[in-house]
Amino acid sequence: MSKSLNLFGGTALGTVAVLTMAVNFADRNIAGFPENPPVMTAIAPPVVSSGLVAAANASTGAGEGKFGLGRPALAEEIAAWDLDVSPDGTGLPVGSGSVEDGEMIFSENCAVCHGEFAEGVDNWPELAGGEGTLADADPVKTVGSYWPYLSTAWDYVHRSMPYGNAQTLTNDEVYAIVAYILYSNFIVDDDFVLSNENFLEVEMPNANGFIIDDRAETEYTIWRTEPCMENCKETVEITMRATVLDVTPEEEGAEAATEAPAVVETAAVAEPVGEAAEAVTAAAGPDPELVAAGEKVFGKCKACHQVGDGAQNRSGPALNGIVGADIGSVDGFKYSKTLAEMEGNWTPENLAAFLADPRGYAKGTKMSFAGLKSDDDIAAVSAYLSTFE
Amino acid sequence: MSDMLKPSRRAFLRASAAAAAGLTAAGAARANGPDPLITEVQDWATVFGDGVDATPYGLPIQYESDVVRRNVEWLTADTTSSINFTPIHALDGTITPQGCAFERHHSGAIELRKEDYRLMINGLVDTPLVFTYADLERFPRENHVYFCECAANTGMEWAGAQLNGAQFTHGMIHNMEYTGVSLRTLLNEAGLGAAGDLADKWVYVEGADASSNGRSIPMDKALDDVLVAFKANGEALRKEHGYPVRLVVPGWEGNMWVKWLRRIEVMPNAVESREETSKYTDTLADGTSRKWTWVMDAKSVVTSPSPQAPITHGAGPLVITGLAWSGHGAITRVDVSKDGGKTWETARLAKPGEKMALTRFYLDTEWNGEDMLLQSRAMDETGYVQPTKAQLREVRGENSIYHNNCIQTWHVKPNGEAENVEVS
Repeated sequence: MSKSLNLFGGTALGTVAVLTMAVNFADRNIAGFPENPPVMTAIAPPVVSSGLVAAANASTGAGEGKFGLGRPALAEEIAAWDLDVSPDGTGLPVGSGSVEDGEMIFSENCAVCHGEFAEGVDNWPELAGGEGTLADADPVKTVGSYWPYLSTAWDYVHRSMPYGNAQTLTNDEVYAIVAYILYSNFIVDDDFVLSNENFLEVEMPNANGFIIDDRAETEYTIWRTEPCMENCKETVEITMRATVLDVTPEEEGAEAATEAPAVVETAAVAEPVGEAAEAVTAAAGPDPELVAAGEKVFGKCKACHQVGDGAQNRSGPALNGIVGADIGSVDGFKYSKTLAEMEGNWTPENLAAFLADPRGYAKGTKMSFAGLKSDDDIAAVSAYLSTFE
Repeated sequence: MSDMLKPSRRAFLRASAAAAAGLTAAGAARANGPDPLITEVQDWATVFGDGVDATPYGLPIQYESDVVRRNVEWLTADTTSSINFTPIHALDGTITPQGCAFERHHSGAIELRKEDYRLMINGLVDTPLVFTYADLERFPRENHVYFCECAANTGMEWAGAQLNGAQFTHGMIHNMEYTGVSLRTLLNEAGLGAAGDLADKWVYVEGADASSNGRSIPMDKALDDVLVAFKANGEALRKEHGYPVRLVVPGWEGNMWVKWLRRIEVMPNAVESREETSKYTDTLADGTSRKWTWVMDAKSVVTSPSPQAPITHGAGPLVITGLAWSGHGAITRVDVSKDGGKTWETARLAKPGEKMALTRFYLDTEWNGEDMLLQSRAMDETGYVQPTKAQLREVRGENSIYHNNCIQTWHVKPNGEAENVEVS
């Protein structure tokens, strides 16, 4: 999943060369940065309220300033929500999982976005590789090359993954997936079994790669100074232009705004004939309210499926015209064996059965979604999908 | 490729054609006789407009439909884990309307009813507590205006000028008036006696959505100005900003402003969650990375003229305007340069800077159609001066993503069009 921003459009668009060229160009043409104005005595950074901690430490009076609101949290409630795991292993539940099991579970639950070898698909994050690239121009930051603590990976997989179906994995499955990610990064061997007992023995390659924010010493002392106002540099040259890269989105809204007719039609006076006719035609299709509800339900599917204009296959197939279509027949999508070989069509009934229990209906499907629990939701999403030819 | 500026260029050309036709609207009247918009009775002066209740919750008039958030699709794999941008080039003043304030989700914007909302405080507290939304409304409330800036704002510009518009280079920011309860009040309600010495303690905050986004905040900050907020600009938070309750962490990176806040845990250590290790850390040229870089340093940008807001009125009086802010406190001064940083003049602040809030600046000037390399440079109450990109690169190299607070340059051309450029 991509919680990461791919911050360099050139990469995604295959215009790395352009970006590099432009930067090289820039480097050659920088006319020497103007000397910093004389650094005056640095103004002391503001003291951040350490008095607050002292004051809070001092006020120990029980019930002091309390409002008596809220209620005590129950142990079961705390256990249900307090799942975080710290670098020293605090919070890890008992359990274990092997690389071997992890490979299978990863393939079923994670590979659609992260790739079979944790190498990442499309813009989704790669989880393996990148060793020794952190000082390069385009560092590859993965669990192996960058993450300092294994607890972070376990905690994150446990609470936030699989994307769009979070908190559905068992503890042992999480151990197995994390073991497989470690294996993909050559940190452990293929016969490794990760457990709460050997968890802290795993050495993360970049554990010592972090320093605590040092801007106060390395930057603020330099930049807290009286700035130059006149004759600050001898020459100024443009060294790079954004338009060269051509990665700025077009502004559709601007078109709408400036091309909208200037005359506002006041209310709906007369001539409703055409509109009424349209409304009648529309009534023959699915119930608009149901379709609208289905569009909302489809939010659960969007991470993997596209539908509508320009829809393309992603982790899941594009879904235009899916209602009524042959099962496992969307062009260019690589289906699981089960769906590829399944006979029949996506009739509303078949679709409903599949959506209620994907893996029960099609054992081995790559769709990691757990299924829609409500029949209303299933009917709604089915109606919504039926509106796309 | 060459069509990149197409829409805004078209808009620009239309506007300048209109301007060229009669120099200015006022000029047109003088040159071509009386202005029919004045001499002829217009429809709107004759018949009714909309009655009340035409739109029980009002939206901007159709003519403003271009003032919307925009996404840069290639940045992310999916909109449920993505960001869009505030149209700062088209706004004025300092308060960002909620409807166009940027969104950043890690697993989509969820719908959580107030009735289903629970907030837990646990960990090293005397009594772990659960609050309902109604409980929160019974604590003393505070009102504060703060900016919220994503740490990645301007992150796409590290390696060079890339996105052509202030919305895209600087639009991961908004500024709202929040109503909420001080986190200090809630921590006190649970009791911090069990935490012992507070100096080395942390507060871990976590959201209710599927991303389970969680961040560690040092106790010192937690007891200072952090707010558990449920209103923004006077009304309920929007779904996309964490309805019904979000955390407000003044001056610190937006990722810590946890939305759909569901849990606050007092801890002996930082959790070192995904968003404070693998993301939101700053890799330096030698490959080591800074962590816990929470504060957003002083920064500013000219919002108009800018690539999406070209000059369409020709030579004469020109208002140059923009925004400035600092996570260290109030903005005290903004300087503007028209020549790429050779000379600077001090802009007028619309009102005195407020701590950790956006400040609007204006330079009321004359423009004679000459090329301009427009820059702005903010100073805050600690004496910090916004650095150039070169200064930042000198310290950090070019591998950084987050915390790019460099001085921005717009090249304004004689025809009034503007472009994002980098200068020597």
